[in-house]
Amino acid sequence: MLDVARLRADFPLLAQRENGHPLVYLDNAATTQKPQAVLDAIVEYYRTTNANVHRGAYDLAIRATEAYEAARLKVAAFVHAWAPEGVVFTRGTTEAINLVAGAYGRATVRAGDTLVVTAMDHHSNLVPWQILCQEKGATLRMVEITEDGRIDLSDYGRALERRPKIVAFPYVSNALGTVNPAAQLARLAHAVGAVVVVDGAQSTPHLKVDVQTLDCDFYALSGHKMLGPMGSGALVAKPELLDAMPPYHGGGEMISHVWDDHSSYNTLPHKFEAGTPNVEGAVGLAAAIAYLEGVGAERIAEHEQALAAAAIERLAQIEGVTVYGPRDHRAGVVSFTYGDIHPHDIATILDQDGICIRAGHHCAQPLMRRLNVPATARASFYLYNGLDDVDALAGALVKAGALFGYVPA
Amino acid sequence: MDTSPPDPQLSALYQELILDHYRRPRNKGTLDHATHSVSLNNPLCGDEIDLQLRVDGDVIKEARFIGRGCSISQAAASMMTQLVKDKSIPEALALADRMGAMMQGDEGAARDRALGELRALAGVSKFPVRIKCALLPWNALTDAVQPQRG
Repeated sequence: MLDVARLRADFPLLAQRENGHPLVYLDNAATTQKPQAVLDAIVEYYRTTNANVHRGAYDLAIRATEAYEAARLKVAAFVHAWAPEGVVFTRGTTEAINLVAGAYGRATVRAGDTLVVTAMDHHSNLVPWQILCQEKGATLRMVEITEDGRIDLSDYGRALERRPKIVAFPYVSNALGTVNPAAQLARLAHAVGAVVVVDGAQSTPHLKVDVQTLDCDFYALSGHKMLGPMGSGALVAKPELLDAMPPYHGGGEMISHVWDDHSSYNTLPHKFEAGTPNVEGAVGLAAAIAYLEGVGAERIAEHEQALAAAAIERLAQIEGVTVYGPRDHRAGVVSFTYGDIHPHDIATILDQDGICIRAGHHCAQPLMRRLNVPATARASFYLYNGLDDVDALAGALVKAGALFGYVPA
Repeated sequence: MDTSPPDPQLSALYQELILDHYRRPRNKGTLDHATHSVSLNNPLCGDEIDLQLRVDGDVIKEARFIGRGCSISQAAASMMTQLVKDKSIPEALALADRMGAMMQGDEGAARDRALGELRALAGVSKFPVRIKCALLPWNALTDAVQPQRG
């Protein structure tokens, strides 16, 4: 396990009290808290380096551009990108996937084509494909999940028989914590000629990610889920694919020459970064990556898996609690229900003890339908959580049970 | 492990009466001859209600609902369907206003006998994010009888 007390000291917000209790922050799949190093990097950028990037002829603007491009290199190295110009900064995973659907998808998908998604995809890796399919007259095929919350590989095989143009899936499920066999899924999809889009929102913060080993084609990530600022994120892609794609947004920065009635476009990655970018976000994300590298991705993954295992064990001892998702190959996300206590009621009760969890459909309504629940409660861990947080969660759940007339086992 | 007793605000929120309506909702189901029906959901938390009314003249003769959601929204719906039976539409809308006032912490409304069992929900006003749960069925009722407002 990591030295949680030492790590927590780096996160000013975690020292706060909520409703008179020490804050127990267990909603890391939604967003994460920020270490002082990230806050400092953002302030330092504005205090010393701020200017618009890629256009100033003066030294300050050159330093701003260097900071922005250094952040790109940091992201590229962190996920082992194919090349730095294959890293396009976006507002997050959602915008990255919309970019792929809106630029690559719109240029390549035709009426009658099939696209494949899974029943455990977040709405951000589903709705953009729905919109594209509706626009093009293409078919969206949703791959089923098994009872224990994995992608059903035989159904995946059947879906691939339709020779889809694009196959999209999450590396890690935000609602169940399932770690999908992403490299295997990508290999099978490539074998039928599909382009593979991986939603990396929940994997990048928590696992050692190597997009070249995964051998996907597009990989989307969010900065705010990995200690970085909100509104930061990236699309990591094979440069040759980006190169062949039409642009996504038009505007400044993404052009080479502009005539009255048409334009030529900038080189990668700038072709996909119209307008003044979120430099603060990129710089903050780079600082977050430096912090994560200091701890070590493998150690973070081990720590979270230990916390999830402990939480599952504790929750299973509470009569009436159901934990969803697989028993192994899972990340630090624990989705559960407790008897007939609605997850929102659980969240309200836990909040009174300063415990923050998510309650709801987790932007995965097709998945909730398959689990046959309207919503679940979800505790999700990160490097600053410890076994004391698991204790607090279990203790508060017993209290919730008592309020609803459940007798502690 | 923290074994202190539950917070008094929580005990007030999850009273026996509320849990009883949650677990044994009154008037749950559909009406054969509904004159008004409306479906509302709260996309943020997923609470859902389908409310049906049978109105004769301007009197609500029957109200039934189907719903899914938290104890607060479902108990509020159950209590509301009992309370508005045989009330005129203006009376029902006045009750919706009183309910709204109680959710804003109006102590007069919280003591108003006209709200009947719904007064058990007064504690919701201490939990701002849950107020929309308690008001969901009332918003459905208002939409149903005043469709021009929807």
